[in-house]
Amino acid sequence: MAMPADMKEESLTLDGKELTRVRKQLLAKYPSKVARKRDKQIVVNRVTPDGKVPEIQSNVRTVPGLISQRGCCYAGCKGVVLGPTRDIINITHGPVGCGFYSWLTRRNQTDPDSTPDGHNFMTYCFTTDMQDEQIIFGGEKKLRQAIQEAYDIFKPKAIAVFSTCPVGLIGDDVHSVCREMKEKLGINVFGFSCEGYKGVSQSAGHHIANNGIFTHVVGTDNTVQPGAFKINMLGEYNIGGDAFEIERLFEACGLTLISTFSGNSSIDKFANSHTADLNLIMCHRSINYVAEMMEKKFGLPWIKVNFIGAQATAKSLRKIAQYFGDEKLIARTEAVIAAELPEVEKAAAEIRPRTEGKRAMLFVGGSRAHHYQELFNELGMVTLSAGYEFAHRDDYEGRRVLPSIKVDADSRNIEELEVHPDETRYQPRIPKERAAELKSQGLQFADYEGMMPEMAQGSLIIDDISQHETEKMIAMFKPDIFCAGIKEKYVIQKHGIPMKQLHSYDYGGPYAGFKGAINFYQEIDRMVGSRVWSYLKAPWQKNPELAAKYACD
Amino acid sequence: MLLRHTTSEIKDRSALMVNPAKTCQPIGAMYAALGVHGCLPHSHGSQGCYAYHRSTLTRHFKEPVMAATSAFTEGASVFGGQANLLQAIDNIFTVYEPEVIAVHTTCLSETIGDDIPQIVNKAKAEGRIPEGKYVFHANTPSYVGSHVTGFSSMTKAMVDYFAESAAPKSKLVNLIPGFVEPADMSEVRRIASELGIASIMFPDTARVLNGPMTGKYKMFPEGGVTIEQLKQSGGSMGTIALGAIASAPAGLAMDAKCKVPCQVLNLPIGLHDTDLFVDTLRRMAGVNVPESIDLERGQLVDAISDWHSYLYGKRVGLVGDPDQLLALARFLTALDMKPVYVVTGSPAGKKYEEALRETLSGVADEIHIAVPGDMFLFHQWIKNQSVDLLMGNTYVKYIARDEDIPYVRFGFPILDRMGHSYFPSVGYRGALRLLEKVLDALLDRKERDSTDVNFELVL
Repeated sequence: MAMPADMKEESLTLDGKELTRVRKQLLAKYPSKVARKRDKQIVVNRVTPDGKVPEIQSNVRTVPGLISQRGCCYAGCKGVVLGPTRDIINITHGPVGCGFYSWLTRRNQTDPDSTPDGHNFMTYCFTTDMQDEQIIFGGEKKLRQAIQEAYDIFKPKAIAVFSTCPVGLIGDDVHSVCREMKEKLGINVFGFSCEGYKGVSQSAGHHIANNGIFTHVVGTDNTVQPGAFKINMLGEYNIGGDAFEIERLFEACGLTLISTFSGNSSIDKFANSHTADLNLIMCHRSINYVAEMMEKKFGLPWIKVNFIGAQATAKSLRKIAQYFGDEKLIARTEAVIAAELPEVEKAAAEIRPRTEGKRAMLFVGGSRAHHYQELFNELGMVTLSAGYEFAHRDDYEGRRVLPSIKVDADSRNIEELEVHPDETRYQPRIPKERAAELKSQGLQFADYEGMMPEMAQGSLIIDDISQHETEKMIAMFKPDIFCAGIKEKYVIQKHGIPMKQLHSYDYGGPYAGFKGAINFYQEIDRMVGSRVWSYLKAPWQKNPELAAKYACD
Repeated sequence: MLLRHTTSEIKDRSALMVNPAKTCQPIGAMYAALGVHGCLPHSHGSQGCYAYHRSTLTRHFKEPVMAATSAFTEGASVFGGQANLLQAIDNIFTVYEPEVIAVHTTCLSETIGDDIPQIVNKAKAEGRIPEGKYVFHANTPSYVGSHVTGFSSMTKAMVDYFAESAAPKSKLVNLIPGFVEPADMSEVRRIASELGIASIMFPDTARVLNGPMTGKYKMFPEGGVTIEQLKQSGGSMGTIALGAIASAPAGLAMDAKCKVPCQVLNLPIGLHDTDLFVDTLRRMAGVNVPESIDLERGQLVDAISDWHSYLYGKRVGLVGDPDQLLALARFLTALDMKPVYVVTGSPAGKKYEEALRETLSGVADEIHIAVPGDMFLFHQWIKNQSVDLLMGNTYVKYIARDEDIPYVRFGFPILDRMGHSYFPSVGYRGALRLLEKVLDALLDRKERDSTDVNFELVL
């Protein structure tokens, strides 16, 4: 399809800079092979009238030596997805490091007293502390013993085992050890082959984690909870208490939250999650698989929601009410929005004069780089450039491209579960006609449009940004705020540019929902307005000639 | 309760580690390599390793921590990581232009048996290492030792690769500071220079991991030992290796390789180990100790005598790294405090454990030592009989809160307070700072717990 003249890359500028030149500068220093690869991961956004965007290469290997933001498969599996579930003993099978680094370092808050047994193992780190003896003779015996000791000392309901790099290489069969111990102990014991070298990023680990939870946990408790409007929240990890704020809104609206995967979460609730009537997907990248599999097996549909941003929160709540179609629920939802939104809008209006027109860059995660643009928009700020650390093409371009995504060798190694409707428990939650009707009214099931269609023409999209490209972007654009993670934080700030961590929220939050939006506005106001950025030069550095003059006198 | 499943009942464990008091080798190697000027540490493993190490070091120092990775995939894990490392070396020298790359291995590359010197030689033969630039390495399998071992091995690699014998020997003294803070490294050097001794310190992370904000980011900051200095170090008159676990291997390698005599001392934490350091420096260089040092020492002794009554007999629980614990236990004992529980996760060996027991032999209380042990066991000891003070890294705060015990952050990592990278805890001044921290914790507690009637203005 021919592009309209003004949408050709050559004619597009970003913040006054010609984009062809910007792209050239980003790639200029790379060896040619690297430049060719990165070229496909750096894309100028162009949205056609029917919402199509250019293809961006993503979910491909990181170039050795290039310094990327990414972590590994284990981090995605143990650290991200299973880590926030408080009542499982998560044993890292491997040398001590992996368990140590993933010990309390993500800010998944949890309230153990919200489940009757009060179990909470999230403050603990369990590891087999593999030694050279196990590398040589195998680690299964030690793993078996470790599971036994964990059971004897802590009497947990469930134990999960996470494989680190050497485990796969020496050939330990963690799954058979887990099966054996499950039988022996009479509790749920399951393993994950999430060795760090699998896949190309954390994303592989999310997938492996989801497969494991779906296989070993979901659907193991058929108790039907009371409640008229039952939902699961998927891909909400309760960083800084986000899930608590979302839970508050659900309760106010009269929705019953069956389970959250996985923030403030409990394995008991995962077990029961198939009894809900609707799955809400927050982080599409990390967890869309679970929603897909639950729909196939149990008949729960899913919709994409976003509780980052006040308007997005209101929209998401309305979508849920629209799905259930209950007049009282709709009215109550509208009442909650009407009660909460004015205060948020007031806060935004007060801050906006100080943030209007400021320019942001977001390079983070698998959904946050998209979601947080909402909050910046509400402050009148512009997102010049954004990209994900570990997302796939569908997170950028929308699920419409799913059929055209080529599965490469790295992804093929990650198992795809074959899921069929459950013989007794499959039950479509809404009739086809009703689904079609809702669709015609604009409620999209099982869909995510991706980040790019919502971004401005000419924004620069960079997948798996490198340290070098980060430096170049800072030098060329000098953004007013940059968002990434802890590894990037102080690099950016040494330039005198505030850097907001969107993994850990810089230990603040919540930023979700209505109250969270106000927190975020205030935080950004603080950061872009902080006096500290004006202290970089000493008086004698600002006016060196004056000193010379006095010396002459 | 945060650690609500920890009870006083201690059951034997042979396989499960709970709440480790150590981490893995590569992070120590990365930290040491950052103390070489113009050096980019490189992790030869999957990219999760370097992401975790960079994150942890960044959280500890609140500073940029640069490193690269071979980014192993499944294929590299099967066929070996040579292609990845060669490509990384190419990309790093082309794009980031460091003076030197310090490669450390991981459990992954060690298990498959990658031969780093062979790969580096290949890189050299293929012209991937620019003229005048270097690649050196240390083997740091995560399943042996701890983060301290990794630090020690990378420090030793600096000697193995670069130190050059020279005769006659110069007037320089080599200082190997151990796995300590940038501020400690500066302080060790300052003490030597107070004595008029010119030194070469390696590694040296001062001004690398406590750098200024100038509005301009420098990927390779001002600090760090230069390769030139490392070469020269083989011609120094002597080496002082601080810490038997972290520094002795490098010091002894220097002695063996370049005939530079080495003295291995405790870390100069506290009065007596600083005395020993100063005295050794003096003898090695044949200089007199200046009055300025006498003054610092005198101030420390004065403060100890002023505040002795609040320290006397207090039971202390310590968790940390072996070299730090040994010196700290000695200092606390010198204050008439009682370090009753001491745990390190590092397998520091029998000889180390004996030294620790010897240090604590005069303490009139029941002593529990675990080398190696974990924080779960440490906590269980406390559940059985509490202590008056806890000292350890940030993870100890969960125990401190649950058990309501005064607590001083000391060691690695400290993720939740500032100060450690700017203010030393070595030397007499460092001992004063430690004393201040200990007293603040104890006296804040005393005042919190006192009644209105016995609350007092002057202490």
